[in-house]
Amino acid sequence: MAILKLDKVTKKFGGLVAVNNVSLELEQGQLAGLIGPNGAGKTTIFNVITGVYRPDSGKVYFMGIDITKKKPHEIAALGIARTFQNIKLFHRMSVLDNVRVACHFRLKASVFSAVLDLPKYAREEREMTKESLDLLEAVGLKQLANESAGSLPYGYQRKLEIARALATRPKILLLDEPAAGMNPEETAELMRFIKRIRDEFGLTILLIEHDMKVVMGICEKITVLDHGCVIAEGSPKEIQNNPEVIKAYLGSGVYARS
Amino acid sequence: MYKQPSFWLTLIALVVFFAFISYAQNNFDAYVIRIMNVAAIYVILGVSLNLINGFTGQFSLGHAGFMAIGAYASALLYMSPELKAMNFFIKPLIWPLNRIQIPFFPALLIGGLLAAGAGFLVGAPCMRVKGDYLAIVTYGFSEIIRVLFNNLQSVTNGPLGLKGLPTYTNLWWSWGWAVFTVFFIKRLIDSSYGRALKAIRDNEEAAEAMGVNLFYHKTLAFVVGAFFAGIAGGLLGSLVMTIDPNAFNIMLTFQIVLIVLLGGLGSITGTVISGVLIAVLMEWLRIVETPMKIFGITIPGISGMRMLIFSIILMISVLFFRHGILGDREFSWQGVISFFKRRQSNRGG
Repeated sequence: MAILKLDKVTKKFGGLVAVNNVSLELEQGQLAGLIGPNGAGKTTIFNVITGVYRPDSGKVYFMGIDITKKKPHEIAALGIARTFQNIKLFHRMSVLDNVRVACHFRLKASVFSAVLDLPKYAREEREMTKESLDLLEAVGLKQLANESAGSLPYGYQRKLEIARALATRPKILLLDEPAAGMNPEETAELMRFIKRIRDEFGLTILLIEHDMKVVMGICEKITVLDHGCVIAEGSPKEIQNNPEVIKAYLGSGVYARS
Repeated sequence: MYKQPSFWLTLIALVVFFAFISYAQNNFDAYVIRIMNVAAIYVILGVSLNLINGFTGQFSLGHAGFMAIGAYASALLYMSPELKAMNFFIKPLIWPLNRIQIPFFPALLIGGLLAAGAGFLVGAPCMRVKGDYLAIVTYGFSEIIRVLFNNLQSVTNGPLGLKGLPTYTNLWWSWGWAVFTVFFIKRLIDSSYGRALKAIRDNEEAAEAMGVNLFYHKTLAFVVGAFFAGIAGGLLGSLVMTIDPNAFNIMLTFQIVLIVLLGGLGSITGTVISGVLIAVLMEWLRIVETPMKIFGITIPGISGMRMLIFSIILMISVLFFRHGILGDREFSWQGVISFFKRRQSNRGG
């Protein structure tokens, strides 16, 4: 059974149909890509999956549960985590605190036991801190744990965002343009990193990316969007040779000549 | 926690502080004691507003409303039935409020809890509005409270207010509550809940995507902030001995916002310092309201000049010292210890 299933999802903004009747399935453990020209509706799909937008029609299923009407924090708690196209860290907080925030929803101790630092809370706090430090170690940021997140260099901020997403213990990780603004070396490292965390944490990953080297290099399945519609779906090879895709990216022959 | 030196240092500091308070209560003159009481109340107000505005990033202007609820609720509970009968000469106070009298502490607590309930009612719909709009909604709330209290003749005595309240507030009560407020809110913002609040301040969308329940946490900030504002209102009522709805107007909220901005949004230490500072300045600046003779020119005393000066201070601080006295830095024993160590090593080398 598919771990994530979009069933004929449509999302309109006024007269603009951002996502048009899109159906999409992700298998457990898959590393899938979502590509398309600017404005194709890729990020809107992420926002629909994570509950930021409610679709006008269609349904989203996660492990068989209908999550279409759930709130973003509920969906995060169920096991779908994301990163953002334009990095959205908690800038004034430390690197460690950024990750610990993402553990917060699992906290069982009440506000009062947190304020009084009762043993129940203290134990949970220790566990959260340990888990967060382990995650920071996994992404190679442990030595920067006490720095302010806003002061990190760009590449580290991307990694911190992924570490933060992992702290929610997701089953699915949605990455929105993880390689944006990276040089070729950083991109190559990022590709290895994404594959590694997929295997290490047993994740299913869906990523949006403009860098074709990344998409073709690591994705097992690619979905191509154009003007809100799915125009192609398949392995990287199939996609590269699909005339529809070439048309969407480069324009049709007639327009290209004129 | 109990093994760290900072815990013992805090304990010692508190013992010394309260020794000073008890000395002050018995030996200082009434005028100084009153300023110290006001300072404590400002500290409570500033720190509790900072929780909402500074740490959670929800710009609220509703503090005067919460204070009014706390002040009235507690006063109506701790006043004696005879005193109430004397106050309510136009319309009698409704039953059962006209019969009961309870001690000061539980009255304060109930006032705080009612304010916290109002905090919930304001915080919950604030899920829908942000930024400037939130400021307007919360300001609207505090105006509604004021108008309501002006018209609920048989509960609040309307614009006549309550007069001759017994003075229970002393330095023990006021500074005891101030210390408790600082302790509670400091512990709260350093906990996992506090991190969630700060995450909401830094980026609401990301916080929600990381599983932070926005509704719960924003409401939490409002409820806790309003509770302490209610307590401060109760303390203030019993200190100034008279309350009327119009005392809790926008100028009062403005003063608290000034305390928070001067101290630094997101710094409890800064808020404590600026709370005390403003309380002292408020008194000291009374000299600008008295008639003065400068170089032979007589300037008549203009009441309200103090607020003008505060406005100028606010403008200067917003223009040039955005982060207030301390920004979002905090006092810590580690900081003090390392400061002295550095000085020592400088002297040695």
